[in-house]
Amino acid sequence: MEQSQNNYSRRSFLKVSSLTGGGMMIGFSWLANLVPNEALASAATAKEWIQLNGFIQITPDNVVKIFNPNPEFGTNVMTSLPMMVNEELQADWSKVVVEMGDYDTPRFKSQFTGGSRGMAQAWKPLRTAGATARLMLMQAAANEWNVPVSELTVANGVVLHKASNKSLNFGALATAASKLPKPEKVELKKTTEFSLIGTPQKNKVGKDIVSGDSLFTLDYKQEGMLIAMAIHPPAFGMKLKSFDATEALKMPGIKAVFDIQVYKDGYTRAGFDTRAFNKLIAVVGNSTWEVLNARKKVVAQWEPIETTKEMVAAWGGKKEETVPAGLESTDDHMKQMYAMQQKPGKILRKDGNPEAAFAKAKKVIEKTYSAPFLSHNPMEPISCFAHITDEKAFFVAPIQIPDMMKQNIMANLDIPADKIEMKLARMGGGFGRRAYGHYIVEAGHISKKMKAPVKLIYTREDDMTNGIYRPSYMVTYKAAIDENNNVTAISIRGGGIPEGAVHENRFPAGVFENYIAEGWDIPSNITIGAFRAPGSNFIAAAEQSFIDELAETIGKDPLDYRIELLKKAKANPVGKNNEYDADRYIGVLELVKEKSNWTKKDKNVKRGVAAYFCHSSYAAHVVDVTMKNGQPVVDNVVSAIDCGFIVNPEGAKNMVEGAVVDGIGNALYGGMRIEKGAAVQKNLNQYRIIRHKEAPKNIDVHFVKNSIDPTGLGEPPFPPVFGALANALYKATGKRFYNQPFINDLNKG
Amino acid sequence: MSKMNLKVNGKQYEVDVDPSTPVLWVLRDHLNLIGTKFGCGVGSCGACTIHLNGRALKSCQLPVSAVGTQAITTIEGIVAEMGELHPVQKAWLELDVAQCGYCQTGQIMAAVALLKTKPNPTDEEIDAAMTGNICRCGTYIRIKAAIHQAAKSSTK
Ligand code: FES
Ligand code: FES
Repeated sequence: MEQSQNNYSRRSFLKVSSLTGGGMMIGFSWLANLVPNEALASAATAKEWIQLNGFIQITPDNVVKIFNPNPEFGTNVMTSLPMMVNEELQADWSKVVVEMGDYDTPRFKSQFTGGSRGMAQAWKPLRTAGATARLMLMQAAANEWNVPVSELTVANGVVLHKASNKSLNFGALATAASKLPKPEKVELKKTTEFSLIGTPQKNKVGKDIVSGDSLFTLDYKQEGMLIAMAIHPPAFGMKLKSFDATEALKMPGIKAVFDIQVYKDGYTRAGFDTRAFNKLIAVVGNSTWEVLNARKKVVAQWEPIETTKEMVAAWGGKKEETVPAGLESTDDHMKQMYAMQQKPGKILRKDGNPEAAFAKAKKVIEKTYSAPFLSHNPMEPISCFAHITDEKAFFVAPIQIPDMMKQNIMANLDIPADKIEMKLARMGGGFGRRAYGHYIVEAGHISKKMKAPVKLIYTREDDMTNGIYRPSYMVTYKAAIDENNNVTAISIRGGGIPEGAVHENRFPAGVFENYIAEGWDIPSNITIGAFRAPGSNFIAAAEQSFIDELAETIGKDPLDYRIELLKKAKANPVGKNNEYDADRYIGVLELVKEKSNWTKKDKNVKRGVAAYFCHSSYAAHVVDVTMKNGQPVVDNVVSAIDCGFIVNPEGAKNMVEGAVVDGIGNALYGGMRIEKGAAVQKNLNQYRIIRHKEAPKNIDVHFVKNSIDPTGLGEPPFPPVFGALANALYKATGKRFYNQPFINDLNKG
Repeated sequence: MSKMNLKVNGKQYEVDVDPSTPVLWVLRDHLNLIGTKFGCGVGSCGACTIHLNGRALKSCQLPVSAVGTQAITTIEGIVAEMGELHPVQKAWLELDVAQCGYCQTGQIMAAVALLKTKPNPTDEEIDAAMTGNICRCGTYIRIKAAIHQAAKSSTK
C-alpha cells in the first residue's frame, strides 16, 4: 500500500494566472462535487491522501474520494461508477467526492467509454475495490480494539463495535488500514442487499456544470499556452500541395504557420486511428480570434490524391484498405448503392431454401431503405491540449478510449509509453466521434514543433467537414407470402459506403425457416466512424419499418405480430448463432404494450412501435405523432428498456430520454451531403439538429426489473426510435418513410 | 489592437484586443470566464449565451467594440449575484438536467433571461425563447421542466 502525499493540490487544481484582464486565476476542476462545502473545502486543502487502492483515497480527517475510471461524455459515469465502489465501501455517499481518473489503465483495469460497455466492465472490479477497502478498514478497527472482525458493522463511513459501543470513522482508520495486506477474497453483496445501487442519485458533477466551472478540454489553460488551429483540404480526395503563409504571419499575435504530417508514411493504423487528412497546415498564435483571422490569410494549393493503400490492423487482423482517388458525391453514392442492390451480395447467412420459397410465393413485398452520412456534432468542438517536453508528453484530451491511442502516440510522435501522461477531461458529448483521437497526435506534433504548450481547437466547420461520419447505407428487405397469408421467407440485402449494416444473426434471423442475408461494401475516401449504436442505428429503422409494413400486409397488429414472431423464434429457433434472447425481447414489447395502453385504440392517436436489440440490451418504443402545418409533432413516447440491473435510475432515465430525442432528431433531420468531395453542410446553421420545439412533449421511461448484471444503455435505446417514428409517421400521413432524413420526403408532400 | 473598458458581472475590466473580437473570445481567452462556451461561432447553437443589459444574446455574434458601457453578465455572474446558486441553477440540479453539460450554461442564461420577462412562461413560450439553444444530448424535456420549476419557486 502506498501513501500518496498531498497529491490533490499538486495534480487536481492547476492554478494558472491569467495573461491579461483582472489578474484572475483559472483552475481546472478534476474533482467533482455535490457535497456540503466543508467536505469540498477540506478535500481541496487536504495535505495527505491515504490510498487504499486505485479507486479509493481517504484523508485522516475523513474525506473519502472515489475515482471514476471511465472517460465521461455525458453518460453520467462520474456518478454511477463511484456508486458501484461505494455500495461495498459504505462511506457516506452524500459526502463522497469523486474525481476523474487520469489515463492509467493498468491501475483502473479498464478505461473505456463506448460500445455501451462501461457498466458491464466495471460491475465486478469496482464493487470488489469497495469491498476490499472496507474489509481493510474493518480489520484496522478490529486490531485497534482487539476484537474479531465478525463483530463489527459499517455504516455511513463509520466502523462500529456494538458490544463495546466503540466507533471510528474511515479517516481515523485509513492510515492503519493502508498498511494491512490486501484481503485475498471478498464477498460481494447480492443485488437484493444493495442500498445505494438501484436508488436514484443526482449527478455528482451537477453543481460544477451549472456553475460553468472549468471541466472541458476547451476550458483548459496553462501558463504560456498557445492556440493552434489546423487547415485541412477543402474536399475528400484532395491533399495539400503547397501553401504561402506570408500574409498570415504578418497578422497580430501569430507565432508560426507550418505543415504537419499526422501519421508517418507506412504507419499501420489501428481500429481507432481513423483520420480524414494526413497533411495539415497548422496556424499557431496567442489567442483564438487572432488565429481564426490569420488562417483565412493562408493561401493553400490543393491537389487530387491518387488511389492509395493503407495498412489497418483492426478487428479481425491486419488488412490492406484502399483509399480511392476522386471527388465523390451523395448523388453518385446513391446510384452506386442502387446498382449494388441489383446483384447478389456476399452471403452472410442462409437458412433453408429462400430461393424456392420466393419462387413459390403468392405475393412478394420488397422495400428499400437508405440513410445518409451523419456528423456526430458533439456540442463541444474537437480540441486537445498538448505539452511535449524532453521529460514527458502531457495531454489534456477528450478521448473515449485513451489506451487505444497509446500505440499511435508512441509511433507517430516518437514518445515512449512511460512518458505519456494524459488527463481525461470531461467531454462535451462524444457519440462515437471521440473514439478517434487523431487530434491528440496533431496537437502533439504542433507542441513539439513550437516547443510550447498548445491547445489545438477545431472550429465547428473544421469538425463537420473532417469526416469520421456515420456511413451511408442502403438495404432491401423482401418477404415471401404464401396463399394462406403466411410469411415463408425473408431476404435482406444491403451495404454501405464504405461499410454496411446488415446484422445477419439478429432478428428476424431465427424466426423464418427460409432466410438469406447478403452484404456488400463500396470503398470511399470519405472516412467513417462509430456513431451511437453503429450499424444498428440504420438497420433497426429499416427492419422495424419493414416488419410494420409486413404486419399490415398480412393483416396483423404490428406489436402483437412482433411478439408472435419472437415466440416462434423462442419455441423453434431456426439456424445457429441467433444473437438475441427472445424472452427479453418479448419482455420489452409486453412492457411497452402495457405502459402505452396499446390495446386501447384511439383513432386520434397516430402511433408507431419498434423494438431492437443491440449492445446486450433490449429497447422498445411507442411513439405518438400528430401533424401540425405539415410538420410532425411528437406528443408522447413510451419506452421500455431491459439493460439488466439499473445502477442509477435517475441517470438511466435521462440517458433514455436523450436517446429518444437524438433518434427523432437524426431520423427527421440528420444528414450530411457530399458534393465534389466536400461536405455541403458546414456548420449548425446548415446541418439541422433537433431543437427545443421539435423535441417530444413527453417521454415515459420504464425499465424491466431484473437482476441480470448491467448491460449497456448509452446506445440500445437509440436505434428503435427511428423505426417507431417512421411507423407513427405512416399512421399520421398515410406515407411510409424509407429514406433518412424523413423530412425530405415529408416536405415533398 | 485597442484598449477598451468592459463591465462584466459588475466588475470593470480593461482589455487590449482587436475591436472585431467577439465577446465570446474576450471572455474566454482574455478574462478567463470560461463558463461561456464555444459551440458554432455562427449564432446557431446558443452555447455562448450571455446577457447584455439583462437580455440574452449570443456572444459569438457580438463584437467587443459594440458593447460600450452596456453591462455584460455571464454564468459566473449569475452565481455571484445571489451569493449562492441562482434558482434556475438550483432547479437544474433538482431535476438532474445535464448529460455532457456543455450546452447547459448557455441554456441557463437563456432561461434566466426568459424568466425576467415572463415569470411564468408556457411551454410554447419556452420553446420560442429557447429555440436558439441546442442540446445535442437531448435534455430538452428536463430543461423545460426545470424552467417551470424555477418559475414556481420564485413566484412562491
Ligand atoms: S457559439 Fe455562439 S451561437 Fe454557437
Ligand atoms: S447536455 Fe450535452 S449538449 Fe446539452
